[in-house]
Amino acid sequence: MNNNKYLVNKIKENAMKSLFFICALASVVAVIIICVFIFVNGLPAIGEIGVFDFLFGKEWRPSHDKYGIFSMIVGSIYVTAGAIIIGVPIGLLCAIFMAKFCPRWLYKIVKPLIELMAGIPSIVYGFFGIVVIVPEVRSFFGGSGKGILTASILLGIMILPTLVSVIEASLRAVPNSYYEGALALGATHERSVFCTIVPAAKSGIMAGIILGIGRAIGETMAVVMVAGNQAIMPEKITSGIRTLTANIVLEMGYATDLHEDALIATAAVLFVFILIINVSFSLLKKDKKDKKKKEKKTKGAVEQRGVVNA
Amino acid sequence: MHKMLNNLHKVSNKIREKHPISILARMFVYLSAAIAVFVVLFLLGYIFANGIPNLSPKLFEWKYSTENNSMLPAIINTFLMMLLTLIIAVPIGVFSAIYMVEYAKRGNKFVSLVRVTTETLSGIPSIVYGLFGYLAFVIALGWSYSMMAGAVTLAIMVLPLIMRTTEEALLAVPDSFREGSFGLGAGKKRTVFRIILPSAMPGILSGVVLAAGRIVGETAALIFTAGTVAKVPEDVFSSSRTLAVHMYCLLNEGLYMEDAYATAVVLVVFVLGMNGLSKLIAGKLGKANG
Repeated sequence: MNNNKYLVNKIKENAMKSLFFICALASVVAVIIICVFIFVNGLPAIGEIGVFDFLFGKEWRPSHDKYGIFSMIVGSIYVTAGAIIIGVPIGLLCAIFMAKFCPRWLYKIVKPLIELMAGIPSIVYGFFGIVVIVPEVRSFFGGSGKGILTASILLGIMILPTLVSVIEASLRAVPNSYYEGALALGATHERSVFCTIVPAAKSGIMAGIILGIGRAIGETMAVVMVAGNQAIMPEKITSGIRTLTANIVLEMGYATDLHEDALIATAAVLFVFILIINVSFSLLKKDKKDKKKKEKKTKGAVEQRGVVNA
Repeated sequence: MHKMLNNLHKVSNKIREKHPISILARMFVYLSAAIAVFVVLFLLGYIFANGIPNLSPKLFEWKYSTENNSMLPAIINTFLMMLLTLIIAVPIGVFSAIYMVEYAKRGNKFVSLVRVTTETLSGIPSIVYGLFGYLAFVIALGWSYSMMAGAVTLAIMVLPLIMRTTEEALLAVPDSFREGSFGLGAGKKRTVFRIILPSAMPGILSGVVLAAGRIVGETAALIFTAGTVAKVPEDVFSSSRTLAVHMYCLLNEGLYMEDAYATAVVLVVFVLGMNGLSKLIAGKLGKANG
């Protein structure tokens, strides 16, 4: 009787364990299925169009069977670079402010505001871009107001919260002794922060920037609203541009046959971009961890030696 | 020691007064923070100032028509979508987090595989999710544009978020709880459900509410999965637009700026309310443990 109960219990335990395990498998399965669907549908289209014609073709005319996404790759890279140029200086300095300059009472106001920024849906950012940024750019630079510059400004704003939170965390992780040491050597507060803490947090800052790049390159709804969406090579900073993401959103609704497959192939290219960014992000994180381990080891060794000497 | 540091500060203050580059650096730091804060306040202020006057009871009527872009159906759809997505995502996310924290051995190959895949999932742009959902659920499984297709797509999208927050909550439960439970003769299953989950509940809940906020704000993943029909759906296999998609449609038509402003206000209030609630729950957790 007792033995039986034990057996039932054991079966129950194992059943639960298996259930948990199966659930843990879900994310692995999801990634595999997503890869399969995107690449199995996309790669044959690339083959049919021709790898070179697809990636480096400058003409996107589905009605003439011309599927070249080079202008969109360039578009994605331009707006992402623009977002980084605008967002990173502000984000970095803002993070420095929050970590090292901000009085406590002010921090309690600024921090939630930055977090608030992360929560605003991208469609609302896009709307804000249409009603505020586009008219401003139009009145300053002429033209339609929709283009690389507008999209860069908007994306620069959108990646701010990501940048600030990651960089702030990495600045806070730097041991305070660095700062105190610099101060004791006669450096000013600013110099101590900029010349000791910021360099020490370099890998964390890079991680934040990479995360920001991932955000910017994958952003869809906001960019569609303000980028102009012309699938041609841009000539100047205010010309309209179409990104990879915008291409999918704009044409998926009515595309058929090869056109549809070409759009899926566009997603595949985007996916590869994201994978590269993810890998470099995790490499950077790994590098940081290894460094920490090394530091710990050397620290331990020093301590041991100290004991021996004593 | 403290006095010495104080003196140091005084000395450094004196140096700073003379150093123009330090003053410049300080100015740039303050300026950037001011810009960031200004942008948030301006964005919210602009949308509220223009949106609230446009909020009329007409916009909350039961039926959507071309004359009256009522957002009530979209609001109801948003809640239904949220519910459906969370029903799918929460058990899977929480259970897999339990496996990762309570069952798997440290440094296990499988654990690092799951880590890599969740990180990949959280990096995938929402439009790629949308396209995948369209190919997999709308076309391959033949669900057509439907709430179900949208919900499953979103469930995969918020899975990493729920997993990560749950894992953190589980790790925050002190080991003594587990030891005590085992010591009293409870099995692993009982320990997980009776001891660990209840004490990790606020953390898990805060993650779930955060995920709900993501669902409310999502557009790109829903346009080609849940579709854009502006009606309260009859069942989970009919198309329905959420509030964010509703706003996208309004903007696309380009004729209803006033309504778009009003919708933006409701959307922002929803999402920020969700995020605030999540923080509140997490804050309660901190207090309870502290």
